[in-house]
Amino acid sequence: MSSSNPLRDPADRRLPRIAGPSGLVIFGVTGDLSRKKLMPAVYDLANRGLLPPGFSLVGFARREWQNEDFAQEVHDAVKEHARTPFREEVWQQLIQGMRFVQGTFDDDDAFERLRGTIEELDKAQGTGGNFAFYLSVPPGAFPVVIQQLKKHGLADQSSGSWRRAVIEKPFGHDLKSAEELNALVHEVFAPDQVFRIDHYLGKETVQNMITMAEDIGIGGRAGYYDGIGAARDVIQNHLLQLMALTAMEEPASFDADALAAEKTKVLGAVKLPKDLGRDTVRGQYAAGWQGGEKAVGYLQEDGINAKSKTDTYAAIKLEVDNRRWAGVPFYLRTGKRLGRRVTEIAVVFQRAPHSPFDTTATEELGSNAIVIRVQPDEGVTVRFGSKVPGTSMEIRDVSMDFAYGESFTESSPEAYERLILDVLLGDSNLFPRTEEVELSWKILDPIEQHWDKHGKPAQYQAGTWGPVEADEMLAREGRSWRRP
Amino acid sequence: MKIDLTDTTASKINKAMVKGRRAIGTPAVGMVLTLVIVTDEENAYDALKAANDASREHPSRTLVVIRRVSRSPRDRTKSRLDAEVRVGADAGTGETVVLRLYGEVVGHAQSVVLPLLLPDAPVVVWWPVNAPLDPAQDPLGALAQRRVTDTYASEQPVRELSARADAYTPGDTDLSWTRITPWRSMLAAALDQVTVEVKAVEVEGEEFNPSCELLAMWLADRLDVPVKRSLSSGPGLTAVRMDTNSGPITLDRADGSLATLSIEGQPDRAVALKRRETAELIAEELRRLDPDDTYASALRFGVDRLNAPDGKSGAKGTAPGEAPAAKGESVAAPAPVEAAAKAPAKESAAQAPVKKATAK
Repeated sequence: MSSSNPLRDPADRRLPRIAGPSGLVIFGVTGDLSRKKLMPAVYDLANRGLLPPGFSLVGFARREWQNEDFAQEVHDAVKEHARTPFREEVWQQLIQGMRFVQGTFDDDDAFERLRGTIEELDKAQGTGGNFAFYLSVPPGAFPVVIQQLKKHGLADQSSGSWRRAVIEKPFGHDLKSAEELNALVHEVFAPDQVFRIDHYLGKETVQNMITMAEDIGIGGRAGYYDGIGAARDVIQNHLLQLMALTAMEEPASFDADALAAEKTKVLGAVKLPKDLGRDTVRGQYAAGWQGGEKAVGYLQEDGINAKSKTDTYAAIKLEVDNRRWAGVPFYLRTGKRLGRRVTEIAVVFQRAPHSPFDTTATEELGSNAIVIRVQPDEGVTVRFGSKVPGTSMEIRDVSMDFAYGESFTESSPEAYERLILDVLLGDSNLFPRTEEVELSWKILDPIEQHWDKHGKPAQYQAGTWGPVEADEMLAREGRSWRRP
Repeated sequence: MKIDLTDTTASKINKAMVKGRRAIGTPAVGMVLTLVIVTDEENAYDALKAANDASREHPSRTLVVIRRVSRSPRDRTKSRLDAEVRVGADAGTGETVVLRLYGEVVGHAQSVVLPLLLPDAPVVVWWPVNAPLDPAQDPLGALAQRRVTDTYASEQPVRELSARADAYTPGDTDLSWTRITPWRSMLAAALDQVTVEVKAVEVEGEEFNPSCELLAMWLADRLDVPVKRSLSSGPGLTAVRMDTNSGPITLDRADGSLATLSIEGQPDRAVALKRRETAELIAEELRRLDPDDTYASALRFGVDRLNAPDGKSGAKGTAPGEAPAAKGESVAAPAPVEAAAKAPAKESAAQAPVKKATAK
């Protein structure tokens, strides 16, 4: 459409990408994610003028709410969590398109009401039949909702309109379940209308050492987390995606197909270590102190079986079997209750084959490194050696920092903002595809199977950087983890 | 922290900046550009405040050049430079130097500014008021990749627009153009929603607001149809009406914040179109530092060709004086509807360059 729009001109770079007429339906709208991330992101998009006129937001949940109660809930969520200031006129624009549909996921009447609501919005708001369904629901409820959408004709696209599904991790818990899930979703939605959210890919920044650490425990997620563990929860999606982006060759262009092609090549070329016991480590946090607060151990958390073997820490070594990365190890680690919350990608360089300095001069010199900080404090750090001022010769590590200007303020766009906008625009650049999800499980499944059969997680004190076994794993190869 | 320097030089100021950074413990310089604000004492405070707010998105070194008025002939011969160096929390996310120039040095401000520019980083000069008519030829403007003026602040904004068009050099831009980005974006979005052929446009807004003229010229340039500029009591822009082959499309903003978009055959919709603060404008301006060709093209369309019965004719034939007289009156165009209908909207983009060439 826009190609024939005389007001659009590629040279006119001030004009932002605005989504076409559309609406967003959120299932599980009373949940934390919805209140803390999705609703504020929708408001922030509207505030930045990136949503189409008439954009509509439909909430679906069990709660006995009227439209006004829902609007009030969104209002409170926006006031509390939105990053841009609250402005009445933006709110007035949004509130006209807000609806709430009450019901459970197996309630046929509710889905009929949802269809009625969508038809009413097409008339009143001009949404043109274009709706994205955001499934912010527990994995168990997933098949039901998808089937209900199909049964009530909500996934049917007609006369140039679109229907899209947005799904959150976990995309299954192993290869088999992921395949089943994909089959289920694709039976209802075409592959290019399915958007898998990996919010790390929406960040402004995105060796081969990838760390994702959280300072929190499992909080109230015992039911979900136990039996899943850190590797499935984080490595399968976030870390393998970041690794694919880091290791991929330059894509022919930045469009979704070219990007997916390069990422798929890397994931397909990943080689697991021969000795899984030696080159993977899993751990569980034990009681300790984290950031000045006392923390209980994982096995003592409410709702966790005292004999649970679930990993709250995972570190693995991978290789990418292609010409560029031959012989370069990739170390991925993630954990809960670590020193602090941080996600980063560190490329650690080899030492130069010859150093003109005396060994005494370079005793304190480490390896040069480039660190891409994904969160918090997005930016890049370069570490290199510099002479310490004075008459004696001593070279020591210094680091040079680049911080994204925007990170100085609250006005750095939230990942969810970008991703929701991309869904409405139909731009699938930043969303992992079916093949990528399945390849990731192919990498992780053998490791999980090995862990099931052998040993149990190593214990590490809460508030530290993980179990000593992980340090030993690197020390065996003459390396050490970077302290993030 | 703040360091005051009286009767000083650029090199002393540089030393003070290094000292200031050391004192607050952040010797690294992470700034992305130098912003030079050329202003008078009266407007300096507001301009600097806006620049500091914008520096959250674009960490920068901000140099405020204030030319002081000397009251006696003796003062005018004496030359003096005072500086106030601010680093850390006092200067947004970058560092700020307020330069006050007295006497002869007022005419040589570039000699003070040049040594204070960040190495390699781009330079932007912004005149909140009293911008030179030819910014690229101005000694300070010549240092910059990007020269930002604000026609809204001038006495005769519409006449000044014509002067800006004549003097346009790639890298020039104007805040009255920046102000209309949300309008342009919403109008483009409206035409995304329906495939129609626009036949005529009316842009309505307060008098002495060059944004209205710029929006009208942009629409005329892109759509290649007659555009009428009409007056209202504001605030700012109040409405754009597009007459199309399938009914009118109207974007109406009576109160300066919430607008209504009406498209024939579709429900009316509310859209937020709030008038923005200067800090937001400057932040948008600093986002791209390459020449704004769309602005150039709209500006060069020429104020005097608005309200003409046919958007294409009378380019330079109309005497400049005639345009204001026609302004405000309804110069409805009976003939052009037909003429324009023959030119499908698609072709207008392709035609634009040809048209520009003949307009020169």
